[in-house]
Amino acid sequence: MPKTKKNIAIVDYGVGNLHSLVKAFKHFDENAFITEESKDIESADAIVLPGVGAFQAGMEGLRIRNLLDTIKNTAKNNKPILGICLGAQLLMSEGHEFGRFKGLGLIPGKVIMFDNSGEKIPHIGWNEIYGNKNIWRNTVLNSIDEGSDVYFVHSYIFKPTKKENILAYTKYGDIEFCSAIRKGNIYGCQFHPEKSGKIGLQIIENFIKLLG
Amino acid sequence: MKKIRIIPRLDIKGPNIVKGIHCEGLRVVGNPKDLAYKYFKDGADELLCMDIVASLYQRNFDFDLLRSLSDGIFIPITVGGGIRSINDINNALRAGADKVAINTHAIKNPKLLREAAKKFGSQCIVLSIEAKKTPEGWWEAYIDGGREHTGINAIEWTKKAIKLGVGEILLTSIDNDGTRKGYDIDLIKKIVSFSPVPVIVHGGAAGPESFFDILKTCKPEGLSAASIFHYKDFSIKDVKKYLINKKLRIRYA
Repeated sequence: MPKTKKNIAIVDYGVGNLHSLVKAFKHFDENAFITEESKDIESADAIVLPGVGAFQAGMEGLRIRNLLDTIKNTAKNNKPILGICLGAQLLMSEGHEFGRFKGLGLIPGKVIMFDNSGEKIPHIGWNEIYGNKNIWRNTVLNSIDEGSDVYFVHSYIFKPTKKENILAYTKYGDIEFCSAIRKGNIYGCQFHPEKSGKIGLQIIENFIKLLG
Repeated sequence: MKKIRIIPRLDIKGPNIVKGIHCEGLRVVGNPKDLAYKYFKDGADELLCMDIVASLYQRNFDFDLLRSLSDGIFIPITVGGGIRSINDINNALRAGADKVAINTHAIKNPKLLREAAKKFGSQCIVLSIEAKKTPEGWWEAYIDGGREHTGINAIEWTKKAIKLGVGEILLTSIDNDGTRKGYDIDLIKKIVSFSPVPVIVHGGAAGPESFFDILKTCKPEGLSAASIFHYKDFSIKDVKKYLINKKLRIRYA
């Protein structure tokens, strides 16, 4: 019997590289599509919040498209959400990039400048993720090895208020920062799974598996 | 900790990947889609795709080609060549690019860098520098695919561009490009020494030793190469194995 394709809404709020995300989901033969319409997001099986750019511009992009409540409701309904890079940062309560701005508030915490690492910023390139393989079971990081390399491009990091929302961490220079967050079915990756080769594709596939 | 990136460079002209020496005398070495996919499979950490005649012929990067090339590739792609506006950057990102490299139009209009960094974030904007040593011993910035000189000091221009917000430097030595005689240590050392943003170096990669030498002497964040991969002198895996044996931090996939 042919499998039913999952509808995955990739939210276009005016920032970022959407094409490669669509490709990554289509690689697994899912029905991924780019949309900025509330009704598409509401009817999808899962949503992905991509994004490259500044925090405020990202929130503004969601606001002018009237998507803030749509996304918050999606979260309330326990529908899987995957935020990537800026899209993951927007899940937090507030961002401190070029000022102080309110985020979606789906995971408590803030987004702050990545400094004092003693290394170059932006943090661009491949770096390792660590965490607890038991905690990773049945999450987007299911069966991923600790120390796997994923691709980062960012100047800001999230700081979740609660430890339980930290799914993975990464070391850069003198700093250990949170590189993946989770609260129930809401996931955020500071790195780009769609750009992280085989490991990244595994993470995307894991997310699809969450949809049942 | 962060890994050093090995980045094959694809110079695109029309439907082909070409390679020259000192940015001239171009030879066709393959088809963009096939080579890009091959390098992805071989474990490239990133791809660099440059339309080397777009600026010269005053036309845009071929975004249809980019769309087809990036299909099935799940590593970052930096695109350069003929990028002259915010709109071009938007189109490049939507066609599969993750970063754009700007040279000619940044020199002609430096404000473009500030605007672009503000709109897309610094991490998305790469300053591409093509530098050639003058008889007096300073490095001059070239534009239009290494063909036109500008009279601008490449080192000073880099400093200015960093202030304008670029998030990465792609540094090509025209003198060493295509020669397979090793990277331009003097030039690279100068730029890496002050750059607060990552520097990717290009031009002259020879055997795996040349990668090791430049990493040891200058510590750039990324190493780009074309000829040695195109002409199959060494594979990406050969280079990576060698560097891992030398205890460098390399992603092996």
